[in-house]
Amino acid sequence: MRNRYSLAAAVSAAALVCCGALILSQNVSAAGDGKITGSVKFQGTPPHMRGIDMSKDPYCAKAHASDPAHIEEVVVGKDGGVANVVLYLSEGLTASALTGSNGPMPVLDQHNCVYTPHVTAVDVAQEFKVTTSDQTTHNIHPNPNPMTGNIPWNQSQPPGAAPIVKSWKAAEMIPVQCNIHPWMHGYFAVVKGPYATTDESGDYTINNVPAGNYTVTAWQEKYGTQTAKVTVAAGGSGSANFTFK
Amino acid sequence: MVALLGRGSIFGAPAYFMGATLDGTASAVAEFSSGDQSCRKADWKSPWCNRTYRRFCVGCHGEMGDGNGENAKWFETPLFPKPRDFQLAVFKCRSTPSGTLPTDEDLADSIKRGFDRSNMPSWNTVTNQERADLVAWIKHFSPRWQTEKPGTPIVIPPEPEVTPERIKAGRDVFARVQCWKCHGVQGMANGPSAPTLTDDLGRPIEPFNFTIGARPKCGDTDKDIYRIFMTGLDGTPMPSYADNIKPDEAWDLVFYLRTFMSQHSVEKEMAKKLDLKPVDPNAPPPAAP
Repeated sequence: MRNRYSLAAAVSAAALVCCGALILSQNVSAAGDGKITGSVKFQGTPPHMRGIDMSKDPYCAKAHASDPAHIEEVVVGKDGGVANVVLYLSEGLTASALTGSNGPMPVLDQHNCVYTPHVTAVDVAQEFKVTTSDQTTHNIHPNPNPMTGNIPWNQSQPPGAAPIVKSWKAAEMIPVQCNIHPWMHGYFAVVKGPYATTDESGDYTINNVPAGNYTVTAWQEKYGTQTAKVTVAAGGSGSANFTFK
Repeated sequence: MVALLGRGSIFGAPAYFMGATLDGTASAVAEFSSGDQSCRKADWKSPWCNRTYRRFCVGCHGEMGDGNGENAKWFETPLFPKPRDFQLAVFKCRSTPSGTLPTDEDLADSIKRGFDRSNMPSWNTVTNQERADLVAWIKHFSPRWQTEKPGTPIVIPPEPEVTPERIKAGRDVFARVQCWKCHGVQGMANGPSAPTLTDDLGRPIEPFNFTIGARPKCGDTDKDIYRIFMTGLDGTPMPSYADNIKPDEAWDLVFYLRTFMSQHSVEKEMAKKLDLKPVDPNAPPPAAP
């Protein structure tokens, strides 16, 4: 008797779990289609972008002979938009929003001795790719704080090297540099859940946002973070604008 | 022995710990012989678990293992690197790939070998058991050892015989992966990127100069040199070339690097006969074979 009861219990428990999983998965697809849009602008005169002397590596210098490269710490577009700002949801995320919400694998390319893009945003545990288009050897040396759980590594990419595919364990803004070309300096912005990065227009759209109340954080490598509260209805959109000065 | 200890300032360590070491009875040693586990779990603060560390290491690496011992302030980079911060668990000399934890053997080897051109002497004066205790103690400073396993050591194929062809091939590898960017075309640490190098904590650091008769930091056997560029020295600008140099080519490169070294070697003789010229820094790097 006892056996039969426990069997029944097990069957019903299994049924419950199945239903629960079904409902949960429906929730993910239904609620994850909201978005948050806005723009990031610069107020005042943007700081001078210092030029880079690449003469130590003739390959790099030649690539920039007619179009000198600049330190991309603060990049402001024609209309005052701030580029390379990473926007992410720092509060209000539920478990359903955390997985698989971001699209194709982010790629960091080393092109003409410059990191393209300067800031590579990735989700925690999302794989990213590091490629080289240059005919000179680079070393990719991210320098996270080992206390966070992210581990520093340092790998070389000579000309024609295969891409490096990696991921990070914890949310952190991780500086990455090439020791051979010390001006090459960028960031991996490792965040949890959906994110967006601005270009020179300063406009952004965070997709795949489930309905809810959120704190949106805008991170800029020199000016730090700003936050705004945003509410997103199911399938709807929220908006938040930021100004750095 | 005394001369060695004088550099490590054991005199700062409390006297009773030294007493404990001297009085160490056979039974107490046996009790500790399970070493690793007993120190990590039970009473790791007991003097037994860290007696060797407190006697020999604490002066530089500090009580908290953060590399801020009382002597650390006298270390001037880049001539003398700062003591390792064990809380970060980032180590130069590993047999494991870049970004992974070293094996216990790697740590014990580093303690035994010491680091050339640094204030870390060779601790081949302590027993194997004491070295194992030190490894266990070093590992307790970082939580990484609880959550991660050490990396899988890279596979080093048996060393082939040196031939002039291999030395020439090694020169091609040297040109292709551009070792000279930091180490210079003659291995004199005067490459164009050498003056700007810093370690992970932003302190100036120098590339290895092959020509001054010094030993590489992570060992001076052919196998050690192979391991150095195939695993990289984590925490420094030296990257891993494991993805870009094939095992056979790696031996060629080891032989070519030997030709820079001031010590007499078969490789040096062969290079002299070949009349090998340094690589041309202005030539485009040769394509991968």
